[in-house]
Amino acid sequence: MKVTLFATCLVDMFQSNVGIATVELLEHLGCEIDFPTAQVCCGQPSYNSGYVKESKEAMKTMINTFSHAEYIVSPSGSCVAMFHEYKHIFKDDPVWGPKAKELASKSYELTQFIVDVLKIEDVGARFKGKVTYHTSCHMTRLLGVKKAPMVLLSNVRDLEFTELPGKEQCCGFGGTFSVKMAQISEQMVDEKVAHVEETGADYLIGADAGCLMNIGGRIERNLKPIKVLHIAEILNSR
Amino acid sequence: MSMKISTSDFKERVDKGIQDSFMRGAVVGAQERMGTRRLDATIELGNWEEWRKHGEEIRKHVLDHLDYYLEQLSENVTKRGGHVFFAQTAEQANEYIKGVIKEKNAKKVVKAKSMVTEEIHLNQCLEDAGCEVIETDLGEYILQVDDHDPPSHIVVPALHKNKEQIRDVFSEKLGYKKTEKPEELAWHAREMLRQEYLTADVGITGCNFAVAETGSISLVTNEGNADLVTSLPKTQITVMGMERLVPTFDEMEVLVSLLTRSAVGQKLTSYITVLTGPREEHDVDGPEDFHLVIVDNGRSSILGGEFQSILQCIRCAACINVCPVYRHVGGHSYGSIYSGPIGAVLSPLLGGYDNYKELPYASTLCGACTEVCPVKIPLHELLHKHRQTIVEKEGKAPISEKLAMKAFGLGAASPSLYNLGSKFAPTAMLPFTSGDKISKGIGPLKAWTEIRELPAPNKERFRDWFKNRDKGGEPS
Repeated sequence: MKVTLFATCLVDMFQSNVGIATVELLEHLGCEIDFPTAQVCCGQPSYNSGYVKESKEAMKTMINTFSHAEYIVSPSGSCVAMFHEYKHIFKDDPVWGPKAKELASKSYELTQFIVDVLKIEDVGARFKGKVTYHTSCHMTRLLGVKKAPMVLLSNVRDLEFTELPGKEQCCGFGGTFSVKMAQISEQMVDEKVAHVEETGADYLIGADAGCLMNIGGRIERNLKPIKVLHIAEILNSR
Repeated sequence: MSMKISTSDFKERVDKGIQDSFMRGAVVGAQERMGTRRLDATIELGNWEEWRKHGEEIRKHVLDHLDYYLEQLSENVTKRGGHVFFAQTAEQANEYIKGVIKEKNAKKVVKAKSMVTEEIHLNQCLEDAGCEVIETDLGEYILQVDDHDPPSHIVVPALHKNKEQIRDVFSEKLGYKKTEKPEELAWHAREMLRQEYLTADVGITGCNFAVAETGSISLVTNEGNADLVTSLPKTQITVMGMERLVPTFDEMEVLVSLLTRSAVGQKLTSYITVLTGPREEHDVDGPEDFHLVIVDNGRSSILGGEFQSILQCIRCAACINVCPVYRHVGGHSYGSIYSGPIGAVLSPLLGGYDNYKELPYASTLCGACTEVCPVKIPLHELLHKHRQTIVEKEGKAPISEKLAMKAFGLGAASPSLYNLGSKFAPTAMLPFTSGDKISKGIGPLKAWTEIRELPAPNKERFRDWFKNRDKGGEPS
């Protein structure tokens, strides 16, 4: 199966290890990976800040870049949710509206793709350690992907899973919110880190680079002995 | 403008909220309790999503035919001998109510909890006119006794106070001598209030839902105070937001079912009071004179526009009870009597962007509010719409942000610019990089690195890795 990878700008620039794990994992599951180099950012930072007009060009670039794809897969629920948002943004546009709809219809978050499209619940991974999982807001509420990451994690050998208290609560990232409303964001991320600590887990897992950069950055600043990993890295461990 | 509760700016209010550990403890506790109870109540009812959809349909239908139902309501109230006044502004509403009070030569007013009267600052207006006003909802009473502390939550107005603080307020202002036990505090308030009901000339209430077909108004409470407010004084004045009505009792039943479960996780509240016009000959109690004041105060300009769905709100506060921002800053930070997500959407609409321009940004757009809203208001989408309006129509965004977003837009739209920018990012960030992280950023990154580490941009971007891999691992 040919999969076109939407790596996301955060992964491309800051977390290439997540991109690499995604590629290796999907290849292991029998997919052939295509990476269109014309891909840019999905436009979410400026769009969410209210700059809709300014964001549309980036969106059009993305629609064109992925028009050839059969399946678009991304290791970020939030960015895929943004791809799905395009169809609402361009709904009155006779040219881009139908294209945006098509883009959304073939875009999947990584774990969603593995469980719902590849119909695989056990990727054959092995990971030794006590982990907890933060459910990212956009992935669960906007994209509606709740079960897939849980199903996949439950089948990882040697993995000890512990539930994160208040897992559905936002970590305080919110894109530009994290810098625009820094004082509030700090309180939110501190509560999240405290919850992670409460679990006694050695690893915090998530499926969105943005949330993980936020929580991970705070953990690192406060020198907490907790490692932060993307779910692709866990599922790619053997 | 009238719902304003503070003159300090947003950042000061938030700082104060964050430092108030008593308030924060109370808010977190309340969110946990009410969140669990709400969820349990929705599961117990079953088919919650269908109920929500039905609730949304009812609210949309009413808003789409608001003129028709307002006329029907008004006709039916009048038919039953009540008086209806349609107030376009807060001032008109207050003037009318003041007029009734003067005409009755009233000296004392008892009030049941009402957000719309908070919105129009009715108490202040009546007190200025020399009338004594007594709040009878326990939460509102506590706040009133505490030198008119404003409400911080639309359902639980004194949420920001714990029982020890309430004991201190009662001791200082009312000579209370007992403990901080809630039962003892409530009993004391009850004793104080009982006398007030008996000597009041006028009772003022809000209105959860008015029923157009019968000209009735309904009040949903847990304390029974609204029953006393509407049955003992000779004159009753009910103040309602112009959108708070339903066609018939059938629709009221659906909305009350959604309201009580979403607000407090109850199947029903202890009291649901329905009143239709003044006392009739065979009635044993009830007011001799009934006035319904329907308040617009900016609502009609929301109607028919892109924010219309906010008028679907039934004031249950479920959005406030799940909001992670409200959780940490509390209700007073919003500077409006409407706080949380509903307040962040409604306050700029009713009170203007000049007063409330920060509120739409006080959200991560996490969507928790939208998920729980019993009438399916897309709250986080409306917050985003505000941001778009502020940027595109109001032109109120800071210039530096505008330039940054323009640059971002250009860079993000062009593959070659993006490629160049991301390629040189590690070099550009080198002066700030130590090891694999950036601890002291400048510009917009400063706010990030004051709180957290930022990973340094990858020397080999993912795209480089992918390209090199195709070439068999040769560096480019």
